Amino acid sequence: MHELGVTQSILDITLNKGDEAQASKVTEVNLVVGELSGFVPDCIEFYFNLLNKGTIAEGAILHFELIPAQLKCRKCATLFHPKDTEWVCPKCQSPGGEVVQGKEFYIESIEAE
Amino acid sequence: MTKKIEVVQGILEANEALAAQNHRLLNKHGVFGVNIMSSPGAGKTSLILQTIARLRDKLSVGVIEGDLASTLDAEKVNNEATAVVQIITGNMAESCTLIASMLTPALKKLPLEDIDLLLIENVGNLVCPAEFVLGEHKRVVISSLPEGDDKPIKYPMIFAGADVVVINKIDFLPYVDFDIPSFQNALLGLNPKIKIFQVSCKTGVGIEDWCSWLLGEVEANSHRVTNKGG
Repeated sequence: MHELGVTQSILDITLNKGDEAQASKVTEVNLVVGELSGFVPDCIEFYFNLLNKGTIAEGAILHFELIPAQLKCRKCATLFHPKDTEWVCPKCQSPGGEVVQGKEFYIESIEAE
Repeated sequence: MTKKIEVVQGILEANEALAAQNHRLLNKHGVFGVNIMSSPGAGKTSLILQTIARLRDKLSVGVIEGDLASTLDAEKVNNEATAVVQIITGNMAESCTLIASMLTPALKKLPLEDIDLLLIENVGNLVCPAEFVLGEHKRVVISSLPEGDDKPIKYPMIFAGADVVVINKIDFLPYVDFDIPSFQNALLGLNPKIKIFQVSCKTGVGIEDWCSWLLGEVEANSHRVTNKGG
C-alpha cells in the first residue's frame, strides 16, 4: 500500500547516483531490506518497473538482500527470531523484545555502465 | 563495462529530512505536535474532541485530520478546535498513512502562532504509520477494548515506536475478554518506557489523567523551545 512513494525515492536516489557517475545506464540496484521494515519487495519491484520507464534505470534489476529480524528478550537477554510474527521469547515466554536487527531499509549500491 | 557505485543511503531519508524540518517549524512557533495513530474506529477523533473539551481553557488546540476519503472527522472537530486542516490521502502515493511531505503544506495553512498543541490524526491503520515520522513531539497509539488485547503482539512495530498508549473504551471491560495486565506486559516488553493511560471517551473516565500529562508535556516543551511558557 505504501510502496509507491518509497519506490519513487529508490528511483530518485538511483538516478542521482547514476548521473553523478555519468552513467548511461543503470543495470542493477542492490537493496537491503529488513524483515521488520514493513516494505514488500514484490511491491517495490512492480512499481519500480513502472516508474523507471524512459530513465537510465529502465530495465534495471533489483536485488534484495533480506535481513531477518532478530530480537533480544528484555528479561533473559536471549536472542531470537520472532516466529510467525509473534514477539515472544522462546526461552522464558516474555512478550516483546528489543530489536537488534531487521529494520534496515537502504540502497547498498548500484551497478552502472 | 559495468561499474559498481557504492550508495549506502537510507530510502526513508527524504521523509526524515522533511520531518525534521516540520519539527523545527513547530518548535519555532512553540507548538507541541502529537501524532495520534490507531486502527479505524478505536477513537482517535473522540479522544481529540475530549482533549479539546478539557484543555480548551488552558491551551489553543489545532488539528490535522488525515483520512483516505471524506471530511467527516474535520467537520466533527471544526467547531471545537482553534483551526483544522483536512488531508485526504486517497490519491496520494501513500494513501494508507500520513507522511512528512503531506504535513508540510498542512502546517502552512495553520495559524501556528496562535496554536499551543497540534493534534495530528493519522489514517486509521496499525501498520503503515509505524514507518513514517512526521515531525511530531510524541507518538500516541490508541488501542480500544473491542479490538482485543493481542494487538501489541500482532502489530509490534507501531507499539515499539510509540511514546504513549491510550487504552480506550475501558467501559467495555465487563463485556469483552480483554486482559489488561497481559496487554500492559506485552507493551512494556516492546518498549519499557511506554506510558499507558486507560480512558473512556464515552464516559470521560481517565481523560483527566491523560490531559494533565499532555498539558505538562506541552508546558515543558514550551519552556525548552521558547523560554516563555507559564
